[in-house]
Amino acid sequence: MSAELYLLAILTLDSTVRLSTPLVLASLAGLFSERSGVIDIGLEGKMLAAAFAAAATAAVTGSGWLGLACGIATSVALALLHGFACITHRGSQVVSGLAINILVSGLTTTLGIAWFHQGGQTPTLPADARFRPITWPGADALSEIPVIGPLYAELLSGHNALVYAAFIAVPLAWWVLYHTRFGLRLRAVGENPAAVDTAGISVAGLRYRAMLVCGLLCGVAGAYLAIAHGAAFLRDMTAGKGYIALAAMIFGKWRPVPAMLACLLFGFLDALAARLQGVVLPAIGAVPVQLIQALPYILTVVLLAGFMGRAIAPKASGQPYVKER
Amino acid sequence: MTSSPATVPRWVPATLVPLANILLAFALSAVVIVLIGESPWQALKLLVLGAFGNSEAVGYTLYYATNLIFTGLAVAVAFHAGLFNIGGEGQAYIGGLGVGLVCLALDDTLPGIVLIPLCVLSGALFGAAWAIVPAYLQATRGSHIVITTIMFNFIASALMVYLLVNVLIDPGQMSPETREFRASAALPYVHELLRAAGVPLATSPLNLAFVLALLCCGGVWFVLWRTRLGYAIRTVGFNPSAAIYAGIDPARTVILAMSISGALAGLVGVNEILGVQRRLLLDFVAGYGFTGIAVSLMGRNHPLGIILAALLFGALFQGGAELSFEMPTITREMVVVIQGLTILFCGALEFMTRPYVENLYRRLAS
Repeated sequence: MSAELYLLAILTLDSTVRLSTPLVLASLAGLFSERSGVIDIGLEGKMLAAAFAAAATAAVTGSGWLGLACGIATSVALALLHGFACITHRGSQVVSGLAINILVSGLTTTLGIAWFHQGGQTPTLPADARFRPITWPGADALSEIPVIGPLYAELLSGHNALVYAAFIAVPLAWWVLYHTRFGLRLRAVGENPAAVDTAGISVAGLRYRAMLVCGLLCGVAGAYLAIAHGAAFLRDMTAGKGYIALAAMIFGKWRPVPAMLACLLFGFLDALAARLQGVVLPAIGAVPVQLIQALPYILTVVLLAGFMGRAIAPKASGQPYVKER
Repeated sequence: MTSSPATVPRWVPATLVPLANILLAFALSAVVIVLIGESPWQALKLLVLGAFGNSEAVGYTLYYATNLIFTGLAVAVAFHAGLFNIGGEGQAYIGGLGVGLVCLALDDTLPGIVLIPLCVLSGALFGAAWAIVPAYLQATRGSHIVITTIMFNFIASALMVYLLVNVLIDPGQMSPETREFRASAALPYVHELLRAAGVPLATSPLNLAFVLALLCCGGVWFVLWRTRLGYAIRTVGFNPSAAIYAGIDPARTVILAMSISGALAGLVGVNEILGVQRRLLLDFVAGYGFTGIAVSLMGRNHPLGIILAALLFGALFQGGAELSFEMPTITREMVVVIQGLTILFCGALEFMTRPYVENLYRRLAS
């Protein structure tokens, strides 16, 4: 019994990792953008566009890597559009992000129906056009060993390359933010762009570079959904994941490692909700799955209200930078 | 930009610049239509015919416009207070809940003449309640209202699924819907009223909520530009620190503005639940809250502009639906594309075209 329970726990954690991956990538993307002083509620749209571009390219060319490249390119283009609107033309960052979300939601479905004639879906990808699970050496042999075996074979081994990339991106983002010159300047431009400008560094240049990183990460997140985790693009397949990632970034107080932990928490809630659907627990009764699904949003509001420590955004985020003359 | 000293009259940035932005958005939409292999000109003809071709089409157009006037006004009121209310979607959803609960509780006992105003009031109150929490957190604890209202949209959605699946569902029914309301609880259709007066009109979902929407436009105009509260709202939106020196309490003003905003969004429930569906169901808001942002931006946050923009988007919704029958490659999602482009060009990129338009005006005027 306890061995079964242990395996169940491992399997739940395993799906937690799979479900957290796009959240981790997207929340890091949002983190780079907001740390540079540009609010990005367009994570959702960039992921969706990347998912569509990746699935469409992979379906036509049969190559997962080309799909990934196209997904990233699409997402970066949208990130640059966001930059063009909010950095160059000093438009409202929230409005621009929202416009991108709505535009992409309509455009992916419209183009999907026109190009593939499957009600907005792309054709299901064959296995070799996707990112397939990587089995770690000895996983099959070790899986019979109690306790460590399932941990190694299920939880650590057997994910696709993009999952590992997402979790490697976290320490990398931490290192870039806190231990490189670019990271120092990026954090400075989000807090006090005037000071950065006085030091002779281009505010717009830095923010555009942040947009590039943001686009790249969202691109990988979107591609993961369509050609690694899934095997096709589905209409509105991001289903609010961009907003959950945004919530996780706030939950992590704009820092990479806490943001990742928040993503894992939200991913775990998602995995739990899926597992508890229709289950009647002793003493609790039927589990209100909707409550578990709404928990990330509720927790974020509670955090923002200042009941769980202060969540303080980068000081200059949301404001276009106007050079004084 | 500043090379020419000649000043440009105020109506140029107020009318010509938005017009140029809209044209740009529509031109790009035409490019998308060409991209999927159809003729934009043909599509436009079908769209206009589908939206205004007969009295049924006009009825549908005005019915869609009703929802968009409510959500557009909601965005505009918050905007005048310097707030971006992205939560119209959730507020409209909860507003519908308010309407539905009153109907379910009282439609056996009260006559329509008492019940309907109660429902309207309840819808507005529920919508306002859903907006007050983010407003209070913004005003007193500094939580970013954009983020909290986004979160509240999702919470509203989860709450409604829970209530309809577990609590309010009509027993013995598969789909998560409540029972139908009694006939006394229905807002009359316009075609019913006009037929009774001897004017034959095709059946459409247009109902008296449209009149309520127009009244709200007048009300919002009056409150914003003719009352002390409206002055406070606009002052806080313009400069919160100056407002303090003028003796205005920004926190109180923010909360009041957001409650008005939420109440207006909640009235979508009157049109949808009381006017058309006549029972409570899932996902009846269907993006009107977000389209309201496009409507408000296009209408420059003024009630008159909002009516025009809501008519335009209502026509796009209705015409787009008809268009997708005639041209199967163009789906209703094309309207979402146009909406996104409109928000992009009228909102985020609103300053881009301005120097060009002003230069053009100067050249033509001199």
